[in-house]
Order: sequence, then C-alpha cells, then structure tokens
Amino acid sequence: MATATRAEAPPPPRSAAGPPPLERTSHGDRVFKLILTLGAAAIPVLLAFLVVELWTGARLAVAKFGLGFVTSSVWDPVAEQFGAFPLIFGTLISSVIALLIAVPLSLGVAIYLTEFAPKALRQPVAFLIGLLAAIPSVVYGLWGIFVLIPILRKSVFPLLRDGLGFLPFFQGPIYGPSMLAAGVILAIMVMPYIMSVSREVLLAVPNTQREASLALGATRWEAVITTVVPYARSGIFGAVILGLGRALGETMAVTMLIGNRHEVAASLFAPGYTMAAAIANEFSEAVGDMHLSALAYVAFLLFAVTVLVNAGARLLIWRVARGSGAGSNAL
Amino acid sequence: MVGLMIGAVIVALLPLFFILFDLVVQGAGSLSVAFFTRTPAPAGETGGGVVHAIVGTLLIVGVACVIGLPIGIAAGIYCAEYPTSRLTWTTRFVADVLNGTPSIVVGVFAWAWIVARQKHFSALAGSAALALLMIPMVLRTTEEMIKLVPNSLREAALALGYPRWRTSLAIVVRTTLPGIVTGSLLAVARIAGETAPLLFTALGSQYLSFNLNQPMAALPLTVFTYATGPYEEWHRNAWAAALVLILVVLILSVGARLAIRRRFELDG
Repeated sequence: MATATRAEAPPPPRSAAGPPPLERTSHGDRVFKLILTLGAAAIPVLLAFLVVELWTGARLAVAKFGLGFVTSSVWDPVAEQFGAFPLIFGTLISSVIALLIAVPLSLGVAIYLTEFAPKALRQPVAFLIGLLAAIPSVVYGLWGIFVLIPILRKSVFPLLRDGLGFLPFFQGPIYGPSMLAAGVILAIMVMPYIMSVSREVLLAVPNTQREASLALGATRWEAVITTVVPYARSGIFGAVILGLGRALGETMAVTMLIGNRHEVAASLFAPGYTMAAAIANEFSEAVGDMHLSALAYVAFLLFAVTVLVNAGARLLIWRVARGSGAGSNAL
Repeated sequence: MVGLMIGAVIVALLPLFFILFDLVVQGAGSLSVAFFTRTPAPAGETGGGVVHAIVGTLLIVGVACVIGLPIGIAAGIYCAEYPTSRLTWTTRFVADVLNGTPSIVVGVFAWAWIVARQKHFSALAGSAALALLMIPMVLRTTEEMIKLVPNSLREAALALGYPRWRTSLAIVVRTTLPGIVTGSLLAVARIAGETAPLLFTALGSQYLSFNLNQPMAALPLTVFTYATGPYEEWHRNAWAAALVLILVVLILSVGARLAIRRRFELDG
C-alpha cells in the first residue's frame, strides 16, 4: 500500500526510524530505476549541451561584435562585418503582423466554439483547425510561393496601396515576396496554436461564473464579454504569447516568402529577412568562420528569446488553468 | 457578434481547404510509377522521380526514432512514476523549453555537435536533430497516458507480490502501450515534415543513398529545393512530393489523434 501511494502526488510519510518501505527494493527495481533515470536525465544534459554548443559556436562573433551586433545593420560576409538588426527587425515585424491577423480570428473561433457553437460542431471544427498545425512548414512555403503570393500581388496588395497608401507601410513597389506575405502565412500557421490553447483556457473557466452572470440578467454574449473572457484573460494572453513564440522561430515558410534581403524598410511590400531565415539560407554555404559564428550568434539570440517568451506564456497559462489541468494538456 | 464569429470560423478553415485542394490539383497529375521508383532526371529534363527522397526520409526518421523513442519513453515513465522527484520537475521544465525551441536552432546544434566535428554533412546528424525534436513530444504523451492508469491496478499487482519494475513494465506500460504507440506516431508525423533541422545536417542529395554517414535526400528538403528552383518540371515535382509528404503526415497524425480520442472516451 505504501509503495503504491508513493506513485501519486503527495509526498510519502517518512518514518523516523529505519529506511522507508520503498527503499527496500529488489535488484531489478534498482536497475529499472537506473534506466529510467538515465532517460530522464538525458534531457537536461542535452539542453545544457545545446546551450554550450551554441555559445561556443557564437564565441568568435560575440568577442568581435559584442552587444553592438544587435543594433548594427551591416551584413558583409566578405569584409567579415556582421550586424543582426535587420534580422531582428524582420523577425519582430513579421511576427507582429501574424499576431494582428491571427489573434482576432483565433479568439473569435475559440469563443464561438466554447460558448455558442452547436455541440455537434465543436469537436469537428476544432479538429479541422488543429489539422492546420500538422501541415509541414515547407508545404506552407510551397503553397505560399505558388498560390498565396500571386493572389496577394494581383488583388490584395494593390487594394491596400490604393486604400491605405497614405501610410508608409503600404507604399512602394510591389514585388510579391515581402514582409506582409510572410506575416500572412505566419498568421495561418500560428492560428491553430492560439485557438487551441485559448479554447482550453476558456473551457477551464468554471461554469458557476457563467451561471452567476446569466442569473444577474446578462445575455449570453454579455456573460462571455463581462465574465468569461476577463476570467480567462491572462490565460488568453498566454496563448497569444505562445503563438508569438511559434512565429518568432518559424523558418521554412518565412524563408520561402519573405524575399531574404538584409534591409530595414518601412514598407511591408518590401522584402525583408528574419533570424531563422538567415540561418536557413546562409549556414550551409557560409564563407568563413566569422560568418558561421555570426549565424550561430543569431541562433543563440533566437533561442534565448524563444525560451523567455515560452516561459512567460507557460506561467500565464498555468496561473489560470491551475487545478484544472486543462492548461497543461493544451500545451 | 455571433455572425462575426461564424465568419472567423469560415476564414480560419479556408486555408486548410485551399491548401489541400491545391496540393491535389497541382500534385496528383505528376504522381506516377516512375515518380516513386526513379531518381531525379538531370536538371531541366522531364521525367524522373523522388525515390531517393522517400528512402532518405524513411531512413532519417527511422534512425531518429531509434535514438529518440527510448529516451522519450523512459523519461516519460520516470516522470509519471516518480512525480515528486526533483529530476522530474527539471526534466519536465527542460522538455517544455525544448518543445518551444525553434527547429532551426536544433539544426544549428546538431551541426555544431556532429557536422562541424566530422567535417562533413551526414544523415546521422539530421537524425540526431529530429530525435531531439521528438523527445519532448514523446515524453509528454507517455507521461499523460501513464497518469491515466488507475492506481488500483498498480496496487493489485504489488499486492500479488510483483516487484515495482515488473508492475511498471508488465502492468502500467502494458496497459498504456496503445497510447504510447499513438503518441509516438504523432511525434513521427511532426518530425517527418521538418525541413529546417535537415538543411545543414542531412543537406540533401540527388542520388539514392543508404549511407547514414553521407549527405542524404529527404522529402521536405526536396520540396524546398524544387519549389525555390528555376525549372517548371521541378515545380511540378515539388507539388507532387508535397502531396506525398502531406498524405503521410496527415494519415499518421489523424490516425493517431482519432485513436487517442477513442482511448480517452473509453477511459472517461
């Protein structure tokens, strides 16, 4: 009995005298536990190894450029001068575009599916949108090059330029591969993540909250807006940040659509570059140690940023979903 | 407002149908026996297939499973069976971090770890990168599945005099085996479509190769090279290869998801 309860959450009561019952294990138990421990310990060891390898790879560039790497805009492999500002800028802007499009959409879908949709529709729609997350990034890229970009170039971009051309974001020549195209494909790609996590968070809101609001005379819509969404607020925020984490590190589709130019342009029709895309394009044909090291530095920065963003997201979701376990399932 | 939200659902579903529709329309025409049995024709010529990429994906993913599955499953069992241990907390946290790590960063790691030391690209480095991507996913599903096993089952086995390790293996893992298998399939579906970690590890190649210590082609890499290349014929083959890739990925992941859902319904 005592051995069995050890497997569940509360810590086992330890008797003062003698080893606890569980310590009296057989030889097989020790071997078995050793194998499992090796498996479990391998994961932190691998992560530590990853951090060390990235840092070692980046050392040359870190020593030469220091933190100025982040603000410099020069990228000249021949002169061995490197600065990552256009990459960081492009990563941020494409992710922000993606969130601006994906957040309203996915929240609309999540709220509809948890609060309003007919029961029979909920699971199938969530399942179908979940399928978007299963499509490989490179397939999004292929589709983006041959289907999305022609559509954007022929109809959407001219429309934006005519309607909103007074803004600096929608001026200039239209090429096709551009910051905006990358943002749109990213939006499609992160939507299923934001949708499924915010749906889990909304499902974790206790029904008593809804009932109390309805009992006070609120309509279903008012109950959702005044009670359910505020209750799940920080979890929804966490879902959005999680989507941001995905968008920041997304590589293939962005590489294929963003145009890959080391430039900072105000216009969203202009080509740009992201951190992940630069690594993907230049790493296998880097011309020297410094070039490789600069790319490793970019990888290290990207890793650090995504770790911070994901940790923040998890903290927020965990705070709402504590106890229900829904948040952890959603991740 | 509800109308707006229904609109959002429709807009959200459109890309899925568009992508699947375009893949079938553009890709199905190029599927032929030659496509599955021949290596690529010289650039610019018609004909040829992607058998080298199909074999490459099978080998690279297969080796990734051999490395990743034992570690992921062992760690998952550990986390579920010793939930109070400090190592469990650390492992879970690190797995979450790894899960959010961009796959391109894992690729850089595999490059620095294996390719830079060996001084040449190899399929093995690609497998290592994919294994590292699949470990956190396998860990999580394994742990979740094992947690569903009622404690009374463990108690029954222990009361009959089974040692702990046999209880874990013969009772707990045995009961959850279908769940662990479907979880592993989900992870395989996810890594089979990964391109970024293979770019500078497996690199890709135009030839049929079985040597894990050499560069090797893979379906996602082929889609990338052909889609960004200059030839019409390449573009057609890119669509066809993408169609094959997505069929494999969707069959694996839809099948696994449906199986997992059925299990949850049975248990709940």
